[in-house]
Amino acid sequence: MQAISIHISQDPAVQYLLRIGDTCLILAQRLSEWCGHGPVLEEDIALSNMALDLVGQARAVLTRAGQIEGCGHDEDQLAFLRDERDYVNVTLVELPRGDFAFTVVRNAMVATLLKLLWERLATSSDKELAAIAGKALKEARYHQQHAADWVVRLGDGTAESRRRTEAALKTLWRYTPELFVADAVDEAAHATGLGPRWADLQEAWTGEMAQILAAASLATPNESAFRSTGKQGVHSEHMGYILTEMQYLQRSFPGGVW
Amino acid sequence: MSTPTASDATATAHEWPLWEVFVRSKAGLDHKHCGSLHAADPRMAIQLARDVYTRRQEGTSVWVVRSDQIVASDPGEKSMYFDPAQDKVYRHPTFYVLPESVDHM
Repeated sequence: MQAISIHISQDPAVQYLLRIGDTCLILAQRLSEWCGHGPVLEEDIALSNMALDLVGQARAVLTRAGQIEGCGHDEDQLAFLRDERDYVNVTLVELPRGDFAFTVVRNAMVATLLKLLWERLATSSDKELAAIAGKALKEARYHQQHAADWVVRLGDGTAESRRRTEAALKTLWRYTPELFVADAVDEAAHATGLGPRWADLQEAWTGEMAQILAAASLATPNESAFRSTGKQGVHSEHMGYILTEMQYLQRSFPGGVW
Repeated sequence: MSTPTASDATATAHEWPLWEVFVRSKAGLDHKHCGSLHAADPRMAIQLARDVYTRRQEGTSVWVVRSDQIVASDPGEKSMYFDPAQDKVYRHPTFYVLPESVDHM
């Protein structure tokens, strides 16, 4: 087997699933970078648990995407053999992990999004996806609670923790409009009952984030004019590096299993 | 061994308190002590207990108790407290024949 890149169908259902699977996959990779570096042992384990939950979700969704695509691509090929432009995760998750405040603010944002998404996907017209969502929803609810509690502790904590949390929020907030940009992929998923338009989750997401930030006595930042475009396959400068690390083994030892 | 300094004492004072963790493995059984962890508040203690001690389906319920809230017997009084029970075999209910209906008591 050669380690040549695979190319992916532009079928909207496949793209819709890849956006979810890739978002879970790349955030899992970022969270796994904390393994052995957490602020305290207990939190180190908690972050690794969350990374593993996200890997599990990514595996299930990528497998389903491969089945719907019908070209024989399995989860490993989809995870490790695509080129950067064929990954369609939201840009938010590929940003470097930053400090602990950055990590928990991002986790709260993404877990809130995924929780709302899995809630809706539990009634997907695709039975397989609905089953995946039923299981993932329990995990996402915990991720949201755990991350939100940290946002409150740090935001409403010491001067230093508050400064760091505000800085993280300011940086990350610029990447949130992308989550809810409407396009043909979402429209097709909505039409076939595969899943919701992400734009339809915006109101609930904004409401839940406002609650978390209010509890942390943090102000919700203003919406930025900047639009990131990870869901279209156009990524930040950080994406190439994370893929290099993720893909190293499969590129060096094609088809390697253990 | 170095002598503790004032700054060491301050560092200890700033550490998160210790919590004892009790896990119930399934409904009907009692919570069993399984370890301890550091956490800043009760919510965090419960979440971290879940993350540290129930990763492999060990539990269906967790309790946490601040370690400094536990009152323990004094190890120095171990012999006074517990040795006198040694020669009182008649306290064990082994001298009775149980009816069959309560055989598993």
